[in-house]
Amino acid sequence: MTDTATNPADRAIDRSHMRVSDEVAIEISNMNKWYGSFHVLRDIDLTVYRGERIVICGPSGSGKSTLIRCINRLEEHQSGRIVVDGTELSSDLKNIDKIRSEVGMCFQHFNLFPHLTILENCTLAPIWVRKTPKKEAEEIAMHFLKKVKIPEQANKYPGQLSGGQQQRVAIARSLCMKPRIMLFDEPTSALDPEMIKEVLDTMIELAEEGMTMLCVTHEMGFARQVANRVIFMDQGQIVEQNEPEAFFKAPKSDRTKLFLSQILGH
Amino acid sequence: MSDTHAQTVSFVRDTMLPEAEPPVGNRGAILWMRENLFSGWLNILMTLVSLYVIWWALSHTMPWVFNGIWNAGSLSECREIRNATIGADASAACWAVLGDRWQQLMFGFYPRELYWRPILALVIFFVAIAPVLFSRVPRGMLAFTALSPFAMFWLLWGGSLWFPVSIALGFVLGWAAWRALAPIAGTLIAMIVAVALPLIYWFYTAGPLARELEQVIALSIEYVPSQDFGGFMLSFIIGIAGIILSLPLGILLALGRQSDLFIINKISVGFIEIIRGVPLIVWLFTASLLLNYFLPPGTNFDLMLRVIIMVTLFAAAYIAEVVRGGLASLPKGQYEAADALGLDYWKSMRLIILPQALKIAIPGIVNTFIGLFKDTTLVVFIGLLDPIGLSNAIRASAEWNGIYWELFVFIGLLFFICCFSMSRYSLYLEKKLQRGHH
Amino acid sequence: MTTTSDAPKAGFRPSQLIYDTRYRSLTIQVIAFIALMLGLSWLVSNTIANLSALGKDFDFGFLGQRAGYDINQRLIEYDSASSHGRAALVGILNTLLIAVLGCALATIVGVLAGVLRLSKNWLIANLMAVYVEGFRNIPVLLWILLIFALMTEATPQPRDFREGGDAAMIFGDSIAITNRGVFVPAPFWGSGAGLLLAVLLASLVAIFFWRRYAHRTQEQTGRILPIGWGTLGLFVVPTAVVFLALSMTSGRVTQPVLATGATEGMTLADYAGSQQAINACAVPFSTESLNLRRLMRSQEIRFTYVPVEDAAGALAALEAGTCNILSLPASVDLATVPAGAVALSDTIRRGMPVEFERPVLGGFNFEGGLQLRNSLIALWLALSLYTGAFIAENVRGGILSVSKGQTEAAFALGIKPSRTMRLVILPQALRVIIPPMISQYLNLTKNSSLAIAVGYMDARSTLGGITINQTGKELEGMLLLGLFYLVTSLVISSAMNLYNSRVKLKER
Repeated sequence: MTDTATNPADRAIDRSHMRVSDEVAIEISNMNKWYGSFHVLRDIDLTVYRGERIVICGPSGSGKSTLIRCINRLEEHQSGRIVVDGTELSSDLKNIDKIRSEVGMCFQHFNLFPHLTILENCTLAPIWVRKTPKKEAEEIAMHFLKKVKIPEQANKYPGQLSGGQQQRVAIARSLCMKPRIMLFDEPTSALDPEMIKEVLDTMIELAEEGMTMLCVTHEMGFARQVANRVIFMDQGQIVEQNEPEAFFKAPKSDRTKLFLSQILGH
Repeated sequence: MSDTHAQTVSFVRDTMLPEAEPPVGNRGAILWMRENLFSGWLNILMTLVSLYVIWWALSHTMPWVFNGIWNAGSLSECREIRNATIGADASAACWAVLGDRWQQLMFGFYPRELYWRPILALVIFFVAIAPVLFSRVPRGMLAFTALSPFAMFWLLWGGSLWFPVSIALGFVLGWAAWRALAPIAGTLIAMIVAVALPLIYWFYTAGPLARELEQVIALSIEYVPSQDFGGFMLSFIIGIAGIILSLPLGILLALGRQSDLFIINKISVGFIEIIRGVPLIVWLFTASLLLNYFLPPGTNFDLMLRVIIMVTLFAAAYIAEVVRGGLASLPKGQYEAADALGLDYWKSMRLIILPQALKIAIPGIVNTFIGLFKDTTLVVFIGLLDPIGLSNAIRASAEWNGIYWELFVFIGLLFFICCFSMSRYSLYLEKKLQRGHH
Repeated sequence: MTTTSDAPKAGFRPSQLIYDTRYRSLTIQVIAFIALMLGLSWLVSNTIANLSALGKDFDFGFLGQRAGYDINQRLIEYDSASSHGRAALVGILNTLLIAVLGCALATIVGVLAGVLRLSKNWLIANLMAVYVEGFRNIPVLLWILLIFALMTEATPQPRDFREGGDAAMIFGDSIAITNRGVFVPAPFWGSGAGLLLAVLLASLVAIFFWRRYAHRTQEQTGRILPIGWGTLGLFVVPTAVVFLALSMTSGRVTQPVLATGATEGMTLADYAGSQQAINACAVPFSTESLNLRRLMRSQEIRFTYVPVEDAAGALAALEAGTCNILSLPASVDLATVPAGAVALSDTIRRGMPVEFERPVLGGFNFEGGLQLRNSLIALWLALSLYTGAFIAENVRGGILSVSKGQTEAAFALGIKPSRTMRLVILPQALRVIIPPMISQYLNLTKNSSLAIAVGYMDARSTLGGITINQTGKELEGMLLLGLFYLVTSLVISSAMNLYNSRVKLKER
């Protein structure tokens, strides 16, 4: 697989307006996590500024998914600090609820709720968490469904949609909560090649609008095109991070070189 | 293939062959017989043995069934008719007992002029479960479903309408407390109040309130005491009440068993294992012998109510295991997605997890109901008049002394029809679930 | 890195009890625990108040008191003078007996029906479907009552077996099905039975080593030894050879029958005719006494059994006149026989290591043999057939759960059909079949409490029935009964868990 093959659109993206501000969105310092005695995340330090698009890559089992799942507390970290939007992620339930409603997340297997229609999937959280009136929630949902280009599917059930459509619904569902940060956990790895593009297009659009994004993915074309920073993780640690241009052209660490050669060239 | 062979191998068809029939031995009834009955010596042997068994069974039962006598007032009259018509050594069933006593087998000693009440209650029950079983029924019907238990209770036992109304009021009270407190005081406190308030209300206020209201506006129908209940009606009441009342408790127990909280988990596991480890009959004897020991001195209530309480607790443990199966079969991603959207535990359970888990669990719940329905026959041992109890009572009467098989066949057949159709339904649901899951 | 410190620990606020995940779970658990304790103490205080109001106390002393009731079905020594505790034990053993018998028969019936239901034979498959659906959808209690009614109402009375009656024993006059129960031949262990048992055990050990050896040979050399035939041969041949050898040698030894008041050379039949009553001295369970009993039964002579300590005691009793007939080991010197006792012309050929005593029709009922009461049989058959129907469904489901692709893959690899079944299909199907099968065993054990319907004396009928009624100790009795069932269930379900954890498919 080459990087051009997965490049979602061979159009030049104007990155000038995708400006990164100085405001800190996420600050992770000295964070550690263990599964039993297995040390999955080791001394993670990461500062994400508002508007940044970060792609996290690395071999399987390197802890990249665990890292972003810690950010909305799907996994609990055992030491160090995570501050999201100025709110420290501690065991305080109120903070957890606050952060979860501000951080959207998309999963590898979409995790749509199969017993609810697409529209209901999208309005569920706004109604029950944000306490938005139903009518307003539906308007918001339709707005975002239009944005991901599937408004006509609103009354279908997830099982009736293709994988790519489901993932776009999952993105719309997260957007309905008006999150300030979006987390993507391998959003395209469960999809057939022809569906990857439609999802990546949606993500690119999101990036162009200035959404802060953390994305675990192996789509290097996407990283090159959209990301302003690429992070390479191995064995639970951040091994290398750089701007995409430099990261792909001149990786510094041997591990990164090996990984990139395996994933890009044959 | 080498080039030299290409010419000899080359072939073009110029006429298409018509479809041909298989050889005579390979089609129709002969083929079917050969494949299904006589495909080998073992198969032939099995066919012959089966034929013998079927012939033996039918030749022993069919004359008895079809020689049956339908018009007689007692067993001895039946025998006289048989001796007169087909001879003393012929076997003939005395179906007359069913014509004479079918009301008892169905309704026990329920007043004959009030049979419409249990029948109406059954109709209400079927209407009430429709929105649960069929997703096409409008959701508004759920309100009817919520009210139906009180209506059924009132129809069956009769008495003042205000009693079920004041009981229902307790649920409204709990719901109101929850709605009022949850936004202010948080879910935990709201829940404790929403459970405690109705309990206190039921213990102290519900009874007097109903009596007061009855004195102001009297709304009563004829009261029927529990002793008059019997037959299949009793089986249905105990079975249906057991399943409906056990559902909430069973769901809570299932959630408790899935919980990470050590004490909650151990309490749930302990309850489920203790209930399931001991036979129902022991629990029924506990209800009839011991329940009065555990309640405040002086309380003494209806045996049937005690049985329903025990059966409810019993069924709850089984329902809990079925629901747990449903919970466990949901992918972890559903829990994570609900968390990631910021739903709290109860909201994610109520909106995301339980609707899916219960749908998966419905076949299991139906099977539990079948088991419970069959087990309701055990109440005969503590003196309630279920169909088997009534068959004993009928046999004890002077007219029908010594009649066994006719009653057993009738009772067995009715149970079979109910249970078999329910099990087919649950099988159909299971298949539908398997097909419908993406 | 800005700071290495964790969240500020200082300043614990009460609201943390609810909003902090670390304390929230603790809070909920403490509340649940308090609620549980309050509930329990409410129940206990009610119970104490109720017991004192009734003037009862809570103690288990009644277990040591005299029970005073009879139990007709028992596996251990028991009479009405025994204690309630012993009665409970008899009941518990009866429950376990019916559970073991029931599980064994249910497994056989269930596996057979499950496999036959998948048969290509249309007729038998549907016959099995009728059996399975019929039993699954009708309450087990009805089946118990039905079979019990069949056993008591539709079977002949013992007197119908007399000459001219219309009933006959089956299997060569060895089994009688009557309305008082089924009479079957009872096994008697003669001399050499111990040796026979030892040989049987030894051959089991040999089978174990043979199989191990065969597996090892296959692993090392690839040669496949005939494991099945070897096992069968080892199981049958040594025991059969020893049995035949013992029968031939012991059959030659004869044993005299001595009687008082008889003339030399009198036959047993004549002697019995000349005496008013026959009192037989015998050492209980000795081979000689069993042989004598067998001899007299075979000639339909009615006698009274007088138990004695040993051979010397028997001779003394004969002299004292407490009995008038006995049989001694051939080794006893006939010179020591007391005066007046002579040997009859009938002698007993020493029996084979295992012999069966047939039931014989006596005055009102069958005598000898083993009486299986109707209560036991009805309960046993009904529980087995009912549970068997459920097991059949498990077996069918288990076999169907192994996809057809597995068979095809094995065939494609050239594995023989019989080996495919043993190496590929069964290991996978058993994983699916066994756990629900064990819970069916559990159900059968619990359903055995329906013994109440037919008067079989199980744990519920003794401990939870008559004992409670006689002593008024409902609370203690039910508690012990519940505990017994709970322990049994936990033992069975932990066996299932053990099995589950052993066979769990290793998957990612």
